[in-house]
Amino acid sequence: MTAMDHTSPTGGAWAAVLAAAIGCACFGLVTDLAEMSKSISNVLNIHNPTGDLSGKSAVGVAAWLLAWGILHARWRGRIIRRPGGITLLSVVLLLLGLVGVFPPFVDMIAGH
Amino acid sequence: MELTSREFWTALHGMVLGAGFLLAFSGGFAALWGLRPDWLTAEGAAKLLRQLAVGSWGMAILAWLAVLLGTYVIYPWYRAKAPAGAGADLLAGFPKYLLLSKPQSKEWHEFGMEWKEHIAWFCPILATAVAFVVARYGQQVAADTKLRRALLILFTVSFFCAAVAGAFGALINKAAPTR
Repeated sequence: MTAMDHTSPTGGAWAAVLAAAIGCACFGLVTDLAEMSKSISNVLNIHNPTGDLSGKSAVGVAAWLLAWGILHARWRGRIIRRPGGITLLSVVLLLLGLVGVFPPFVDMIAGH
Repeated sequence: MELTSREFWTALHGMVLGAGFLLAFSGGFAALWGLRPDWLTAEGAAKLLRQLAVGSWGMAILAWLAVLLGTYVIYPWYRAKAPAGAGADLLAGFPKYLLLSKPQSKEWHEFGMEWKEHIAWFCPILATAVAFVVARYGQQVAADTKLRRALLILFTVSFFCAAVAGAFGALINKAAPTR
């Protein structure tokens, strides 16, 4: 097999991976903040029929796209030297996001 | 045999879009797992990459449609506030309040729906990242074990999120149907 590309920069690919994990972590964080503070929940209620889920999802998606744009601009022409570190960081951020939306954890930090 | 408008949109959300994503996952995972230089000819890899790019973008689109339809069309029906003092008959039209009205069913909302409505949003974000990387950096994905492994992690987490959302969606809709 000869057509595989071992040398082109993959910074843009790693930017997409890490940005997705950042978006999920931000979603978890904003979910917890909304549960801890009624005023934050009210601010996030940008579409009343859906409630604060509309704002949480908007913030999560915006954080993901913003992180992706910034990381892509910085990394797209680069060969990433320590991709294992990005994978590890992404896994940690994903776990934080998953814990952040897990109801027993949300209830615990919100004092329910 | 007929579906109300709400039942139609709920079925489209869960049984077409959500189930479509879940069904496509195993094929996508196997293709991504098998995208290895030592397992494929150049021609085979190019063909597999085209299939993966189309399939992973298809899955990302399914995930976005499912989440947007769920959040902005079906969820408002689910969480609509029931009139004060509504009896059991009236509560049937307000699934969230029907579930909360009984101790034995309130966890379906307080645990199941609370988890589902949030974790579901991870799925399209992760699926989009996988689709972008496969479509844009396919040759490098095939050559780079670490990049392929990172994508497999994202892809698997997106499946887990969709599975949690789908399972609770089905169970909650059984306990308190959106009609």
